[in-house]
Amino acid sequence: MIPAGFEYLSPKTIAEAVGLLKTHGPEAKPLAGGHSLVPLMKLRLAAPRYLIDLNRIQGLAYVREADGALRIGAMTRHGDLETSDVIHNRYPLLADAARVIADPLVRNMGTVGGSLAHADPAGDWGAAMLAARASVVATGPRGERVIAIDDFVVDTFQSALEADEILTEVRVPQPAARSSGAYLKLERKVGDFAIAAVGVQVTLDGGGKCEQVGIGLCNVGATSLRAKRAETRLRGKAPDDTAIAEASKAASEECDPVSDLRGPADYKRDIVRVLTARALKRALQRARG
Amino acid sequence: MAHKIRVTINGTVHEADVEARLLLVHLLREVLNLTGTHIGCDTTNCGACTVLMDGRPVKSCTIFAVQADGRTLMTVEGLAKDGQLHPIQEGFHEKHGLQCGFCTPGMMITSCALLARNPNPSEEDIRWAISGNLCRCTGYVNIVEAVKYAAEKLRSQPAAAGGRS
Repeated sequence: MIPAGFEYLSPKTIAEAVGLLKTHGPEAKPLAGGHSLVPLMKLRLAAPRYLIDLNRIQGLAYVREADGALRIGAMTRHGDLETSDVIHNRYPLLADAARVIADPLVRNMGTVGGSLAHADPAGDWGAAMLAARASVVATGPRGERVIAIDDFVVDTFQSALEADEILTEVRVPQPAARSSGAYLKLERKVGDFAIAAVGVQVTLDGGGKCEQVGIGLCNVGATSLRAKRAETRLRGKAPDDTAIAEASKAASEECDPVSDLRGPADYKRDIVRVLTARALKRALQRARG
Repeated sequence: MAHKIRVTINGTVHEADVEARLLLVHLLREVLNLTGTHIGCDTTNCGACTVLMDGRPVKSCTIFAVQADGRTLMTVEGLAKDGQLHPIQEGFHEKHGLQCGFCTPGMMITSCALLARNPNPSEEDIRWAISGNLCRCTGYVNIVEAVKYAAEKLRSQPAAAGGRS
């Protein structure tokens, strides 16, 4: 399959890329890893007139902790997170998610920033970052702005980025004491999108109660979803089997899956219930060390 | 508009004028006549088109040729040297790691990248590494055996580890 013709532009700096986006407006599309965009172009579901390749910009791929947050450069490949020591040792939610995205070859190209900016409800990072209460940095002609992940996810394939902005960094709060996370995905085969997936991040207080909890759901709604009612069921409570069962039931009720090739909606709801319970248990076990 | 690109493939520098929409796999197969890299699904699923770009296995059907400008590639043609099969090729031969052979170039390239990173992979490591490469014939058992064979052979001759390019 051959994409429609386009003009290829390869800026060397963020400022140059932003300038090109500003000049060409909605006719331009930034190219990160390209593993969502290029297939769409080959199917001619996307036909941007200008393709602005971000891969030649230095300094957009990094993973480091600074000022209370884990900072992930937008062009960091999924595979780089999969093999990152800091992710492996301190961010189990992200480590779990990184290793189940698409397949190893795709993970060598696909980027965290590109995936989030694509705003596909089936994207694993959306659900994981909701659970982690991450924020993203958008850089445009007016400078940088920090957007909470809840505000960044707007609709199916629609993020809060303006046409002349580029997602440049993802920030994840550093883990508090007695906190951990987990990400569980059910897929038909490696490389497929999730039938459903659930990300969880929990923080326990000194008495073992749930001080903070984040639960993100993947591919069971029009966007990546926060399971708000499930979170409410747990916050301030002792996360015993009853509380976990109630929260998991709440998550299955508040998601909104559609019936498709991956299964009927009621099946997916039940998968959300099961995965939420398992992810909570795994995260709690890890948080208790 | 044509773009002038310069790509090092299997140790040889190639220059070409390419249209921006030319896919890397089409550059390899149709412009440079390196037809060992296969087009399987053409939809980023099967891994038949896998090549090494700067040492990492990637799907050449999902990358534009112009993106490879200035980079170093290895394709299946870069494995054998001076008529001598690379240990991974020898492994596929000895362990019957192929039937129709269509997935084999991608399988071998992905395996080479694994062995360069992890010279002594477990069965699970191997299955994990090749999970983006689909084979519809073998059931994978002999492919895993082939990679184990290559791992052992490469460990006994460390100078040849990974992709010799």
